[in-house]
Amino acid sequence: MTDQIILRNVTKRFTTKTLGDIVAVDDFSLNVKEGECFSFLGPSGCGKSTTLRMIAGFEDLTEGEIELCGRLVSSKKKNLYVPPEERGLGMVFQAFAVWPHMNVFENVAFPLRIKKMNKTDVEKRVKEALRHTSLTGLETVFPGNLSGGQQQRIALARAIVTNPKVMLLDEPLSNLDPKLRETMRFEIKDLQRKFNFTIIFVTHDQSEAMAISDRMLVFDMGKIMQIDTPENLYNKPCNRFVHNFLGESTFIRVVLQDGKVYAKGDMSQTIDLQIPQDADEEMVVATRPNEITLVGETESGYKTHIVKRIFLADRTEYLVQVGEQMVKIQTPHRVHFKEGEACSVKFLEPMWYPADDGTEDIDRERRQIV
Amino acid sequence: MNRNMNADLAAVDGRRRLNMDKLLTIICFVLLFIIVIIPIFMIIYNAFFFEGTFSIDLFKEQLTADKNLSAMWNTLKIALFATILGTIMGVFYAWLLGRSDIPAKGLMRALFNIPYMFPPFLGAMAWDLLLNGRSGYLNRFLMTTFGLSKMPFNINSIAGIVFVEVSYYFPFVFLQVVSALERMDPTLEESARIAGAKQGTVIRRITLPLVKPAISAGALLILTTSLAHFGVPSILGYAQGIYTLPTRIYAVIYNSGGSFEGIRQGAALSVMLVAVVALALVLQNKILSTGNYDIIKGKSMRPTLIKLRGAKAPLFLVAIFTLILIVFVPLVMIVLISFIKAYGLPLTPGNFTIAQYLKVFKAGGTLDSIKNSLIVSITAGVVCMFLGTLVAYVVQKIKPKGKEALEVISVLPYSIPGTVLSIGVILAWSGNLGITLYNTLWIILVAYMARYLSFSMKTSSAALLQVHSSLEEAARVCGASHSESLADITLPLIRPAMVSGFFLIFLPAMREVTTSILLYGPYTRTLGVQIYSLRDAGMIPQAAALATVAIGLIIILNAIVTQITKDRKGV
Repeated sequence: MTDQIILRNVTKRFTTKTLGDIVAVDDFSLNVKEGECFSFLGPSGCGKSTTLRMIAGFEDLTEGEIELCGRLVSSKKKNLYVPPEERGLGMVFQAFAVWPHMNVFENVAFPLRIKKMNKTDVEKRVKEALRHTSLTGLETVFPGNLSGGQQQRIALARAIVTNPKVMLLDEPLSNLDPKLRETMRFEIKDLQRKFNFTIIFVTHDQSEAMAISDRMLVFDMGKIMQIDTPENLYNKPCNRFVHNFLGESTFIRVVLQDGKVYAKGDMSQTIDLQIPQDADEEMVVATRPNEITLVGETESGYKTHIVKRIFLADRTEYLVQVGEQMVKIQTPHRVHFKEGEACSVKFLEPMWYPADDGTEDIDRERRQIV
Repeated sequence: MNRNMNADLAAVDGRRRLNMDKLLTIICFVLLFIIVIIPIFMIIYNAFFFEGTFSIDLFKEQLTADKNLSAMWNTLKIALFATILGTIMGVFYAWLLGRSDIPAKGLMRALFNIPYMFPPFLGAMAWDLLLNGRSGYLNRFLMTTFGLSKMPFNINSIAGIVFVEVSYYFPFVFLQVVSALERMDPTLEESARIAGAKQGTVIRRITLPLVKPAISAGALLILTTSLAHFGVPSILGYAQGIYTLPTRIYAVIYNSGGSFEGIRQGAALSVMLVAVVALALVLQNKILSTGNYDIIKGKSMRPTLIKLRGAKAPLFLVAIFTLILIVFVPLVMIVLISFIKAYGLPLTPGNFTIAQYLKVFKAGGTLDSIKNSLIVSITAGVVCMFLGTLVAYVVQKIKPKGKEALEVISVLPYSIPGTVLSIGVILAWSGNLGITLYNTLWIILVAYMARYLSFSMKTSSAALLQVHSSLEEAARVCGASHSESLADITLPLIRPAMVSGFFLIFLPAMREVTTSILLYGPYTRTLGVQIYSLRDAGMIPQAAALATVAIGLIIILNAIVTQITKDRKGV
């Protein structure tokens, strides 16, 4: 398979009056293969939309170059810039962007009419596109009278009608309600199978990204954190930020002494864990609340007690004291402990991160904003 | 107030509430009947009834008079051209400032708002000084410089009137379109680019159709305003015998020396004018009610600015030239003439003096006119602020039967040309109904109140809509009576809107001429009337001096208003 989208050392700097120079995208290189569904995932303001807009041609680059389907479209060095209308892309926006002064047919036919395609071909292809997006019969309706889901389908139909090789999707599902979001997710994958285009999918919703993509990229502050398959990203996050961004995380600060692991603030008992090589004296152990086992006090494990028990719809959540920290554990309802009851805790295959990689504080701020 | 809200008291209170609401509704209807309905009724009655019997003779006679027909024709011609040219200019500059990468946008936008602030008749005065067909300064300058045998321009023509009106009315379209462009979701245009359309195609096929509602709203505002406009055609057209319907009405009444016959003829002409304006308003409602799209969605990403590249410098120069032409040239001319020893003298330092200022302020009437304008404008502002809020409250919260009628009645006078409204006020309050206010400030006040009521009504209405009824209900639960919760909760919440309603009335009332020119008496000249009369009497430098003072006053008042309204949180 060939690389269909190539970004080489792309950098984008803005100068604003209030904040001065901002590096929105920092020395960014990326190859996306033909037929791949590739997601850009990151918190808002991380640079993912800016990158997408540079691929589309709405933003110029400060440095670097972009290649689409083997053709150079943006290059700072060669002073080359191909305008969006000549890049042959399909694109769907968050706010649908269907034109309210044209009916469904006219909206979908627009890209073909711009190409001066003859009338019968236009009709044939629009019909085809509407059939694939379940919009048949709505040709003469104006978008203002349609639901959000239908409007987004118009946008999809308009994007596939020219049969583009590359499809850019800029948070296309975030204006829809959760149920619809799931159905549309499948429809997009379906269309991809039928028309065989490459997708770049921008989102801030990690479960959406995981469900749809072959590979994904986690962004933060304009930098690539990690590129991998959804499974690897979830199981082997490269740092605390990625760990925290993909699913619920529990971080435990630990102290290493004489080859043994202690929870910070409690040197009276060890935690039974395999210590990785080149570990510092202080580390952070990262795991998921549902990957900690909670067992009775007589069994082996870290001895502690239940501080709080919260009954949730599909699981029970316990807070237990580990050293100076409170740790969240999620169990099926059948695991039952009372508040104040003594217990043991075991951690299954956690990830190890340096105590200070500077990402934890950022997470906390971000969480408040989101 | 400490009071037990037991069931009995609540019931009593409930009944009192009903009474208070009823009382407010009745007051509302009565006041609007007096202020609005009576004058309008009087025009129609006098146009069609003579000494108690129905007759359309007067109407027919007026309708077929050559002078009136040509006035009608001129009115339509001027309004049409002003609308077309003003719209083109407004859209062009809205796009240039809203969507292109032209430099100094903020400054230019502020300057483009200036024509909105100034009375057009002062602009007409300035252009008359510059391009008068016989003695205009610029005309004479061009003649001597290029050795021309006759004056190159004549502002005292239909084209001249259109030019001045366009320069003052294009902001109507400009402001509407620029805000529509700014609120528009940029992805609507971007998706067209992705679909393969070039920049020019996107503007033609996507952008323009989407801002069409804003364009037509602004264009129709120009049309109705120009149809009813008095100041510019009266200053520029009079000398050449070019009349429009509003100036013709004024001339008919003025020439008849204020006799009843003249006023009746004026009333008949007014019906003609109202018919034309009404037609435009119907058109407006038709067009505005269709094709209103929701184009403000999505995340607020700043729209991509279109790079003008090579066209940037020339377009920037064109914009600067336009600004100089429509904003600075008239302003500078008025100020320069105000310092000249005598009209017609060359503009050299030796001919400058401040004597005109001394003269104009020594002459009786000038200080009085400023005082009169202040009194009438402030009073009208305050009264309308309360009355408008009252109407808004009745319409929004009490919702009696006939609330639609209340709304229509309070907006009606603004749709009627000022000249016509004055005739109605004269017919109503100069003895026909047993009350004579003629030659007093009261008659001007009554006219202003009718004319500007809708301004405060609209702002208060919008604010009241934002005050959720639960806020007042919470006060009731805490023990406040209906009137107490009104006074302690609702009124304080809408006070900022009421204050801006006051200024919306006070500022235009200060510079008003159209209505007061027909209503003033020997001792009740307003500032606008005084400038107009000074010029009419040939005392042009003095008129310019007073105009300069008026412009200064407007600038100061506007600055004060901006200061006051800047850091206040309204509902």
